Amino acid sequence: MSAPTTAPVPAPQPPAPAVVGSGTASLRLASPRGRGVRLANGAVLVVVGLVFLFPLAWVVLSSIAPAATVSVSVPTSPTLENYSSVLSWELTLRPLWNSLLISGSTALITVAVATLAAYPLSRYAMRFNRSFLYVILFGSCLPITAVMVPVYALFVTLGLLDSIPGTVMFLVATSLPMAIWMMKNFVDSVPISLEEAAWVDGASSMQALVRVVVPLMRQGLAVVFIFVFTQAWGNFFVPFVLLLNPEFQPAAVSIYTFFGTNGAVAYGQLAAFSVLYSVPVLALYLITQRVAGGSFALAGGVKG
Amino acid sequence: MSDSAVIDSPASRGAGSSPAPRGSRQRQGSTRTAVRLLPLVPAIALMAVFLAGPIGYALYGSLTDAALSGYRAVNPNFVGADNYTRLFASGDFWQSVWLTLLFVVASAVIGQNALGMAVALLLRNGPQRLGSLVSALVVTAWVMPEIVAAFALYAFFSTDGTLNALLGAGFGWAGLGGTTWLISFQMFAVILANIWRGTAFSMMVYNAALAEVPPEIMESAQIDGATGLQRFFRITLPMVRRAIATNMMLTTLQTLGVFTLIWVMTGGGPGTQSSTLPVLAFQQAFKFAQVGYGTAIAVVTIAVGAVFALVYVRVLKPEVD
Repeated sequence: MSAPTTAPVPAPQPPAPAVVGSGTASLRLASPRGRGVRLANGAVLVVVGLVFLFPLAWVVLSSIAPAATVSVSVPTSPTLENYSSVLSWELTLRPLWNSLLISGSTALITVAVATLAAYPLSRYAMRFNRSFLYVILFGSCLPITAVMVPVYALFVTLGLLDSIPGTVMFLVATSLPMAIWMMKNFVDSVPISLEEAAWVDGASSMQALVRVVVPLMRQGLAVVFIFVFTQAWGNFFVPFVLLLNPEFQPAAVSIYTFFGTNGAVAYGQLAAFSVLYSVPVLALYLITQRVAGGSFALAGGVKG
Repeated sequence: MSDSAVIDSPASRGAGSSPAPRGSRQRQGSTRTAVRLLPLVPAIALMAVFLAGPIGYALYGSLTDAALSGYRAVNPNFVGADNYTRLFASGDFWQSVWLTLLFVVASAVIGQNALGMAVALLLRNGPQRLGSLVSALVVTAWVMPEIVAAFALYAFFSTDGTLNALLGAGFGWAGLGGTTWLISFQMFAVILANIWRGTAFSMMVYNAALAEVPPEIMESAQIDGATGLQRFFRITLPMVRRAIATNMMLTTLQTLGVFTLIWVMTGGGPGTQSSTLPVLAFQQAFKFAQVGYGTAIAVVTIAVGAVFALVYVRVLKPEVD
């Protein structure tokens, strides 16, 4: 694919166009067209980029606009007023704290439980594993929003409505299939010879897991943690149905309430709240790119 | 996946020669298996209570007349298949099935997949800097919380929103710029919104798949005189067909469960004109307080999802084995 671009395309100097035509024809058929195609590709990319940019720009620009509307425009006198007016404990800080509490504990519990589960799935060849992995795979792709109505009914029966731990447990259960699946792949990539050495030294399999495998796959743990955290942080429907008391609601729900009560009058504040709520997961995504970008250099651990 | 399989082999060999701690060799095989499965217990318990539980509860709840609050919430009557009979006789339900089908096919199967593939191809064959900028924008739309994406798109499609402002500025002479997208073209708007929101996933999947196509094959086809289109349809597409199949299943299942986007943009309205199955289930249960009836809708949705999930598991079978 790179051939047409590095080929002698750029050459044609002042001379007559006829020379250019004959010259390129003898060199490579695709070259002159390659440049035209490239320009066309670039033009289409610009259009795609603009389509994606406009809604995103609305959020950012409205948050610093003194009188934001639903239409995007560059504010002539940018202000931080929207931010200062939404930065209160009741409106943004408590919901963001709740989000942190819910997503943090969901991610921690999921990572711990998934690591435990992934270890036997990866290390022992048992007939049970295959059927279990099928169930996990199946569970990971069921549309979970479809069950929110029965989940609500179940939580009413169990008395778990309006309970942060109950909500966390549900979020853990829904993220477990994917987390176990990812985690199994990470355990698979840790060479078993290191554990064998630990076993020879008298470690139990759980000690080997905690002392040898977990430290070696900490990048994998970070990836799963961030993945689950981001999912839980952005989840609106689950807390919307299960947490009704504003004191327990995470940012996803309280921002929706804000939209319902003030949205039509205060788009600037809504946008400011949106930015405050989105920045943490965008930052986490960038971190994951860094962490997962470098390949898992575990082979080095075997040397020596 | 392939390298994990390679590393896997010593593990399976190790199982025969018992890599478990000393002493386990003397035990019965079944005891040993039980001990080995012990770490799986927390995961299984959580998923049994909070995943299988609601599904089982749904199957039962859909056969009752459970209400949202009051006496019937605590002591629902068993009404048999009543909810299903009502459901299958209801015009709203069939309309919702049609809207769900339309939403999934147009926004996921066609929209996200085609646009994802197109952007992936453009990224590989277009200017690099511009490409990484565009892909950053596409990915941001996907990484940000769903509710914020929903607000952004609500504003974009609003009657006084960005889309109409742009259309009015460019084609105001043709009478464009005053369309009530969220009311008159509600499905069109939510379909475009879901494409906007989800294209990044397909783009990344296809970008990775395209990187695996050996450049030599493309070059030799080019030398043989194949045009760009021929190369795409005769070489690239067949070579990435597995990625396409997997991605279509995943985006379908994702889109089947979309609630927030539609709920914020149209609320399922006007009326129930954009209520896909998850939205309709929510409306019936929480707006009209018919939990049993809403649960029946949930059961139908989960059944549809289960069929797709089974197909998907079949497609991915080699990765488990």
